[in-house]
Amino acid sequence: MGDGKARLSRRGLLLGAAAGAGAAGGALAHRWAAEPAPTPEGPAPNGTLTVPFHGAHQAGVETPPQAHGTFIALDLEPETDAGGIRRLMRLLSDDAARMSRGEPALADTEPELAEVPARLTTTFGFGRGLVERVDRAAVPDWLGPLPEFDHDRIDPAWGEADLLLQVCADDPVTVSHAVRMMLKDSRSFARVRWTQTGFRRAHGSQPEGTTMRNLMGQVDGTVNPAPGTEDFERLVWGGDKPRWLGGGTSLVLRRIATHLDTWDELDRPAREAVIGRRLDNGAPLTGEDEHDEADLTAKDESGLTVIADFAHIRRARTGDPGQRIFRRAYNYDHRDSGGQDAGLLFASFQADPLRQFVPVQQRLDELDLLNEWTTAVGSAVFAVPPGCAEGGYVGQTLLEA
Amino acid sequence: MNRTRTARIAWTASLLCLGLTLTACGGNGVPAEDAAQEGTAESAASATAADAFSVTAPWIKAATTEEGMTGVFGELVNGSDEEITLVSASYDGAGMVELHEVVTEGTDGTMREKEGGFPIPAGGSRALEPGADHIMLMELTEDLEPGVEATVTVEFSDGSTTGFTASVKDYAGANEDYGDEQAQEGEDTEHEGHGDH
Repeated sequence: MGDGKARLSRRGLLLGAAAGAGAAGGALAHRWAAEPAPTPEGPAPNGTLTVPFHGAHQAGVETPPQAHGTFIALDLEPETDAGGIRRLMRLLSDDAARMSRGEPALADTEPELAEVPARLTTTFGFGRGLVERVDRAAVPDWLGPLPEFDHDRIDPAWGEADLLLQVCADDPVTVSHAVRMMLKDSRSFARVRWTQTGFRRAHGSQPEGTTMRNLMGQVDGTVNPAPGTEDFERLVWGGDKPRWLGGGTSLVLRRIATHLDTWDELDRPAREAVIGRRLDNGAPLTGEDEHDEADLTAKDESGLTVIADFAHIRRARTGDPGQRIFRRAYNYDHRDSGGQDAGLLFASFQADPLRQFVPVQQRLDELDLLNEWTTAVGSAVFAVPPGCAEGGYVGQTLLEA
Repeated sequence: MNRTRTARIAWTASLLCLGLTLTACGGNGVPAEDAAQEGTAESAASATAADAFSVTAPWIKAATTEEGMTGVFGELVNGSDEEITLVSASYDGAGMVELHEVVTEGTDGTMREKEGGFPIPAGGSRALEPGADHIMLMELTEDLEPGVEATVTVEFSDGSTTGFTASVKDYAGANEDYGDEQAQEGEDTEHEGHGDH
């Protein structure tokens, strides 16, 4: 058990004891106890916050996005069979569950680093290769590369892989340690194909629920379906899926490079026209507030639509309410090679990528002025199995079918 | 049966108290002394060391038959109010099992058999860790692959036995050498190859 947790428990018990003594000590003491007791240590640090690993759905999808996210894709070794995958998923699920509680994983060589869970979540995704190795008949038709889009410049280095670990927390040290721990448990079964790291605003910097901004400065993700709603249930967890994926979903991870140097050449009115939204608060150009409905028919004095034909939100908009996705994106920004390599890890969850993601992307590919400054350079699709109960492991529904 | 279970529950309660503080337990409404007394009464009547024993976070370092040996780790917990002593262990897939301690000089650890077994203090615990005390599985007859679970049986000084299941983990450490004498003795045996750093 982590020290932090032990400290909190002890504090709770001591406070309980003090309240008990107060009640026994008479009216004055009782009044003291009734007041909200000021805690000498102040509020518990953010690092003590936890997100349960076990549940009907995997954590890290509905979870309000943490500040840091690392996506690791693994390819199974040729000799890793279904039995090996089962052992691997048992190990990784056990690691993820323990660390989500702020406890070290078994055989953790740096157990102290596990003491700050900081809302750590680990979300597992299965690539086509993994599912095929277990049961060819269990592969959903959408599990595999998306159709090619004209504007894409996909580097296979960021391509499809067998197993994805999405590791998110509000503390980068927590993410680093969790990733290292799970990769140590993976090395007998698989090798790393790629790693993509991203970030959002730090925990507590903004009110909870604030829509993120990408590095182009745009409010990004306004029309996301909200977790807990019927919409979300249908769009993310619903749909026709193989039985083992019931309670699961799919993840499309696109690495979208943004060309910030040429984006700099655009002045604000042009930038707003490209998207169809205001930069200051993300409101559609036809509205006042971020969540105002965009009026795609509204015209300006010269008779042109306020939200242009080429505008991103017009192209992304669909009359089919089923063609929507849930975005959980992270920014990336690397300068290791001298220049700036920045963009968005566009993580999109949806019940069926072919029916939800692809039609929207096709419209954007055909005509979206934003394509001038953005290029998808990586793309991979994963099946996200349902969550597991305590004592179980993620993937059990496939591996013990 | 029922009596044993009652004792175990009482011990668990007293362990929880000791794990925090007696003050905290008193304040929390659990009469720590009563719980302890109950435990004593029951233990005198029927409980064994095995009943009082549990393991937290047990694991085994992965190893092949070629490597021949490996260690079992975890936190040994004694839920009773009397010291218990783990005196031996066995595992179906190992020809020989010993209780070991490690004597460290600088960064080199030397393993040797722990005389008298592993005493676990009343209401307390004893950690089995790489570089320190551990249960040594030798003469492995089957590979211990990462992700499998293996059941280890332990025996106590009162003759009682119990088992626990441990996960097998890929682990780079736990490479302690035998002492020179033993290493020489073991040169042509299955002991060779362990701790080859």
